[in-house]
Amino acid sequence: MDLTYTEEEEDFRLRLRAWLARTLPTLPPKPDPLDWPARRTYDLGWQRRLYDAGYGEVHWGSTPTQHLIYLEETEKAGAPYVGANFVGLLHAGPTIAAEGTAAQRERWLPPVVRGEEAWCQGFSEPDAGSDLASLRTKAVRDGDHYVVTGSKIWTSHAEVADWCELLVRTDPTAPKHRGITWLAMPMDTPGITVRPLRTLAGSAEFAEMFLDEVRIPVANRVGEENDGWRVTMVTLSYERGTAFVGEVVQCRRTLGQLADAARENGRWDDDALRRRLGRLSAEFGALWRLTQWNVSEAQRSGGVPGIGGSVFKLRYSHARQELYETAAEVLGPDSLDLDREWTADRLSSLSYTIAAGTSQIQQNIVAERILGLPKGR
Amino acid sequence: MDFQLSDDQRALRDGFRDLLAGRFGREALREAVDRGSLDRGLWKELGDAGLFGLCLPEADGGVGLGLPEAVLVFEEAGRALLPGPLVATHLAAGVVKGADTGESVVTAVDGEVVEWLAESDHVRGDASAAREIRSVDPLTPLHRVAHAQEMPDAAVLLTAALQLGSAGRTTEMAVQYAKTREQFGQPIGAFQAVKHLCAQMLVRTELARAAVYAAAVTGEGLEAAGAKLLADDAAVRNARDCLQVYGGMGFTWEADVHLHLKRAWVRAGRGPTAAQVEDRFAAALRGPL
Ligand SMILES: Cc1cc2nc3c(=O)[nH]c(=O)nc-3n(C[C@H](O)[C@H](O)[C@H](O)COP(=O)(O)OP(=O)(O)OC[C@H]3O[C@@H](n4cnc5c(N)ncnc54)[C@H](O)[C@@H]3O)c2cc1C
Repeated sequence: MDLTYTEEEEDFRLRLRAWLARTLPTLPPKPDPLDWPARRTYDLGWQRRLYDAGYGEVHWGSTPTQHLIYLEETEKAGAPYVGANFVGLLHAGPTIAAEGTAAQRERWLPPVVRGEEAWCQGFSEPDAGSDLASLRTKAVRDGDHYVVTGSKIWTSHAEVADWCELLVRTDPTAPKHRGITWLAMPMDTPGITVRPLRTLAGSAEFAEMFLDEVRIPVANRVGEENDGWRVTMVTLSYERGTAFVGEVVQCRRTLGQLADAARENGRWDDDALRRRLGRLSAEFGALWRLTQWNVSEAQRSGGVPGIGGSVFKLRYSHARQELYETAAEVLGPDSLDLDREWTADRLSSLSYTIAAGTSQIQQNIVAERILGLPKGR
Repeated sequence: MDFQLSDDQRALRDGFRDLLAGRFGREALREAVDRGSLDRGLWKELGDAGLFGLCLPEADGGVGLGLPEAVLVFEEAGRALLPGPLVATHLAAGVVKGADTGESVVTAVDGEVVEWLAESDHVRGDASAAREIRSVDPLTPLHRVAHAQEMPDAAVLLTAALQLGSAGRTTEMAVQYAKTREQFGQPIGAFQAVKHLCAQMLVRTELARAAVYAAAVTGEGLEAAGAKLLADDAAVRNARDCLQVYGGMGFTWEADVHLHLKRAWVRAGRGPTAAQVEDRFAAALRGPL
């Protein structure tokens, strides 16, 4: 057990830290968080800066430990969040890096790291949320193309994405997990209609997608036909395994800011509230250690995060909600002001126990796949 | 950074697990409960196996390992519900004669309750005003003292490691029972309500594990206190959930669940209180990192 970083890793950290200190003050002002077209421009611009400085491929081109350092340092410095690049950098990209052919990696990865193309995730359907494998959007082979018809829902950032990691059913007669295929769909293909959905936070962050005979080249298939469920497991292991790493650091920053705020407004003398902040601090400290544990395990086993991601996500998602509930207590009546810091965070934190697999589903996964309890019906 | 067990650490842990399974398995545990006194023969064997002298330098006759190794071994002791003032004796190695070899039993006044006072050969701290109480844990005789000294960081951490072992063990017990006990024509573990109890037990254990191991590696006092906070939580709540999974069987003297719960209560009641640890963490909180 070793928590020290190698000289090389420390070197990487220091160079990154210095670059961030130089670069962050030169960034344009942050756009309105609810304005996704503006955020796309901003987020992709930030990615371009990272690329130009040599940090473009850190999400999958480096070791898991370097990736961890990168996420830690960028969050500590208060650098822009991945935002519109979330899917491309944190789960579609890593999936393509792990499962794609050389030609596919060459086609899709460079534009993501250069901040030229954004991705979205077309997995969920109106009748296939938690029961993702029951998805029905169908793809029929027509020569060199799949012709895709159906609908998707909750597609985050669909309106501003260039590509979509799409799950389709290619064999309706096979058992539900066996007839699925993972495709990369260009969002400008004819037949795609995107209808924004408004979230409870007021933004059009996700959307419905209607697919009407959308022609997708067979060459855009990652993995074999009907082997998409296996590829999906890789995508989900990144989504649950590494995608939240930076956010743990962000939560620790927030805790410090909350302590300052409470000291200023007198709430610090409330024993129960102060101790809740203390407990959350201990807990986020442990969540960070658990992250390091999981990253070390991934590093030992060759890169793909293991199922420990579900264990992490279960506790993290609830802890993050508790953090913003506590923030509301610190703020008092100000927590009802949408313009105050943390009010929007409190609203968006409501999704953590739902998105990327609900807590109930994560508990099923932990119970069945880690603890070996019998499958329920 | 390689925050995983090394091969040597794994071997050490497995070795102790095997040793304890052979020497302090189910039957020995229940015998100990009936007897209520400390098994000096076993204590000596544990000393010979290096449990107490693990961190003592080799030059002084110890094993010369560090806190991370001690934590792994204490986790095993917690799993097995090994009785005795293990932490105090371990920390007395090299200070109190015979502690490292298991020839002495050492207890310490480092909480408002003191373990195994009457059976110890040596007491660290002032126990003059100690008053015996009827201990909730049949395997940990307790005395009450008025003014407690502060528990050293290493003792806090090793106690957390014992709690971690117990939390892991009750998770295993619940899962094992849920796979075999049938109701409504299927194993109860196929029911989601039971599954989710078990999943949460694992989550608590793994979070506590990361905290305990990391605190052992960094050796920081605040981190040790945080580890104990989470490990106390894991041990106590897991034992309660395990009892729930066992149903009526869990409420019997016969099942081992209550032994884990009672020991977890005793350990949680020693060292800094949850409120004190929370206050320490709060005091350390400052603006952006
Ligand atoms: C902010 C946000 C962003 C999202 N972004 C995307 C995206 O970009 N792309 C995408 O594909 N999807 C996305 N999703 C969809 C997300 O993955 C689903 O919402 C989630 O998997 C749950 O599916 P559902 O909404 O259909 O709920 P349902 O599956 O209908 O579940 C409703 C309730 O029933 C419970 N439940 C369901 N099945 C079980 C069971 N077997 N046992 C116990 N309880 C059960 C659930 O836990 C939940 O509490 C996003 C969701 C949110 C909230």
